[in-house]
Amino acid sequence: MLGRHYLTKIVRGLLTIWIIVTFTFIALNLSGDPVDALVGDQASPEVIAHYREKFGLDRPLWQQYLAYLGSIAQGDFGLSLSDQQPAVSLIAAALPHTLRLGLLAFSVGLLLGIGLGIVAALNRNRPIDRFVMSFAVLGFSLPNFFLGILLILLFSLHWRLLPSSGDATIWHLILPAVTLGTHFAGTFARFTRSAMLEVLNKQYVVAARAKGVPRPRRVLWHALPNAAIPIITIIGLKLGDLVAGSIIVETVFAVPGVGRLLVNAVTSRDFALVQAILIMVSITMILANLAVDVIYTLIDPRMRAARAES
Amino acid sequence: MTDAQRPQTQGPQMQGPKTQGTGSQEREMPDTLLTVTHLRRHFGGRHALLRRERTIRAVEDVSLTLRVGETLGLVGESGCGKSTTGRMIVGLETPSGGTITFKGRDLTRLTPKDWQRQRRDVQMIFQNPQSALDPRLTIARQIREPLDLHDIGARAGRDEEVARLMQAVALPVELADRYPHQISGGQAQRVVIARALAMRPSLIVCDEPVSALDVSVQATVTDLLQDLQERLDIAYLFISHDLRVVKKLSHRVAVMYLGQIVEEGLTDPLYRQPLHPYTMALLAAIPDLSVAKGEPRARLVGDPPSPANPPSGCHFHTRCPYAQPRCSAEKPELRAVDDRRVRCHFAEDFRTAS
Repeated sequence: MLGRHYLTKIVRGLLTIWIIVTFTFIALNLSGDPVDALVGDQASPEVIAHYREKFGLDRPLWQQYLAYLGSIAQGDFGLSLSDQQPAVSLIAAALPHTLRLGLLAFSVGLLLGIGLGIVAALNRNRPIDRFVMSFAVLGFSLPNFFLGILLILLFSLHWRLLPSSGDATIWHLILPAVTLGTHFAGTFARFTRSAMLEVLNKQYVVAARAKGVPRPRRVLWHALPNAAIPIITIIGLKLGDLVAGSIIVETVFAVPGVGRLLVNAVTSRDFALVQAILIMVSITMILANLAVDVIYTLIDPRMRAARAES
Repeated sequence: MTDAQRPQTQGPQMQGPKTQGTGSQEREMPDTLLTVTHLRRHFGGRHALLRRERTIRAVEDVSLTLRVGETLGLVGESGCGKSTTGRMIVGLETPSGGTITFKGRDLTRLTPKDWQRQRRDVQMIFQNPQSALDPRLTIARQIREPLDLHDIGARAGRDEEVARLMQAVALPVELADRYPHQISGGQAQRVVIARALAMRPSLIVCDEPVSALDVSVQATVTDLLQDLQERLDIAYLFISHDLRVVKKLSHRVAVMYLGQIVEEGLTDPLYRQPLHPYTMALLAAIPDLSVAKGEPRARLVGDPPSPANPPSGCHFHTRCPYAQPRCSAEKPELRAVDDRRVRCHFAEDFRTAS
C-alpha cells in the first residue's frame, strides 16, 4: 500500500532525527564546558557553579539528556546560552534570509544546470558540449568561499557594480546567489547530461522520431521526464549542500541567515542553539527526501507500482 | 470495416513518374511503392587534426523494390547493414548516396518539413517492443499520440479510434489504461503495431519485430502482420536474421552481406535453390530446415570481415568454400540469373550443379 510505504518513511525519518539529537548532544558535551566559554577565564568558582546550576549542567549526563529529549518533544529547544533568547526565535529571525538566498540560488542552479545539461546532451561531443562540461566541472569544483571572494573582487571592488555584503535588496542577493547557484548548476548539468544521453538513445525516443514527433516535444515530453529520476535524486541530495553552502556563502557575504547563526553558535559553544539548528536542518533534509519520494511516484508509473507492492 | 481497417487505395493511382530500372531484369510494375537504388551509408571517415577515422561502409550498395501490399524479407548476419537500410527508408538515418523513391518521390531530397509529413506513410516497428514504448504513458495515450500529432480524424472521435486500433491488433480494451511495464512483450508489440497503424501507413519497416519474443508469441504476431497486410494492403520490409520467420512472411527475400545485396528473388525458389554461396550457408545453418539436397554445404566459419576494411573483389570470398582466384580480384555485380538477382561470378554453376 502506498500509505504504508510513506508511514515507514516517516517513522524512519523520526528515528533519524532522534539519532541526530543524541549525536549532537554527545558531541557538544565532549567538546568542552559551555560555561567556560560564557563566563570567561577570570570568573570565580561561585559564578561558574551558579551558571552550571541554572542551565542544569550540574546534573548527571543522562538526566540532562532525558530532560533535553523531553523538552525537544514539546518543541522547546531551550534558551540560547549567549543571549538568553529562545533558540527557536533566533532561528525564526534568521530563517527568511536563508530561505530567500537558498531559493534564489537553487533556482539559478536548477534552471542553468538542467538547461545546460540538455543542451550538452543534444550536442554530444561537439564543442558546445565540451564547453558546457568544462563550465560544469569548474562550477562544482571551485570552493564557494573562493568563487564568492572572486566575485566580490571583480563585481564589487573592481567594477563597483554590485554590493558585497548584507541582503537588503535584490541587488545584494545576486552575488551570493550566483556563487551558490553555480555550484549547483555544475552538478545538475552533469547529471542531466548523462541522464538525457541515456534516455535519448532509448528506442521510444527513436520511435517518437519515426512517427514524426517534433524535436522539442521529443526532448521535453518523451525524454526529459524519463530522465528525471536521477536528476530529482541528485536535487534531493543537493538540498543538504544548500545548508552547507549557505554557511559559507552567508559568512562571506555577511548575510544574517541561519548559516551564519550556526557558525556563531558553534564558536561560542552555544549548546542549545547549535542543537536547535542541527535538528531543524535534519528535519528539512528528511522532508526533502520524502518530497523526492513523492515526486518519483508522480512521474514514473513503474515506481508507483513498486511502491504499491512493497 | 473501420477506417483503420479499410484497405488503402492510394497505391496504384498515385504512382509517380517511372524511375529508372535498377540495371537488372526488374520491370517497373504499375503498383511499385518503393524503389531503392544504389543506397549507401558510410559512417566516420572524418579528418581530425592528427588522425583519420576509418570509413565504415555500413551500407554499400542496396537496390530493391517493394510493391503495394508486398512483403520483402531482408536477411543477413548482424552488422550486414540491414537495419541501417531500414532506418534510412524510415528517415532515421541520412543516406550517403543513392535514392529512395517512395510513391514517385525521392525521399533523399525531402526537406525536413516534408519529411515530417512523409513519416505518416512509412512507419517502423522495433525489435524490442517494451523499450519502444514511453514508460510514462498509458497504452491508450501511446496509440493516440500520432493521431493528435498528425491531426488524423476528428478530435472527438479519437478515443474510439484508439479503441478500434486496439481491436484491430487484438488487444483487450482493458489494457488501455495500463502502462508498458504492466503488459507482456507480445502485447507490447501489438501496441507498437497499433501505434504504427494509427497513421495508416502504406509501408511498415519491421526491424526484427519478433526476435525478442517467445517463439509461441512470435507466431501470433506474425499472423497478425499477415492478417493486417491482407486487410489493409500494407507493404512490409521485414528485416530479420531468422530465416524461418522470413520464409513464412515474405513474398520475396533479399540477402545482405557486408552492406550489399548478394541475392534476391521470390521466396520459395530462393529457399529451394540458392544461387549465392552465402545464401546457401545461411540456409544450411538453419537447424531443422533440410535444404541439403545436393552436396553437403559448408558451414560459415568465423565472423564477417569488418565493414571498415572489406575484402577485395567479392566481399564473401574470404569465407566462401567455392572461392576462385577471380573472386578476390574482380568485384561481382548484382546481375539477373533466371528469376533471381545474384552477386556471384559463378551463380550459373550452382544452378547446374544441383
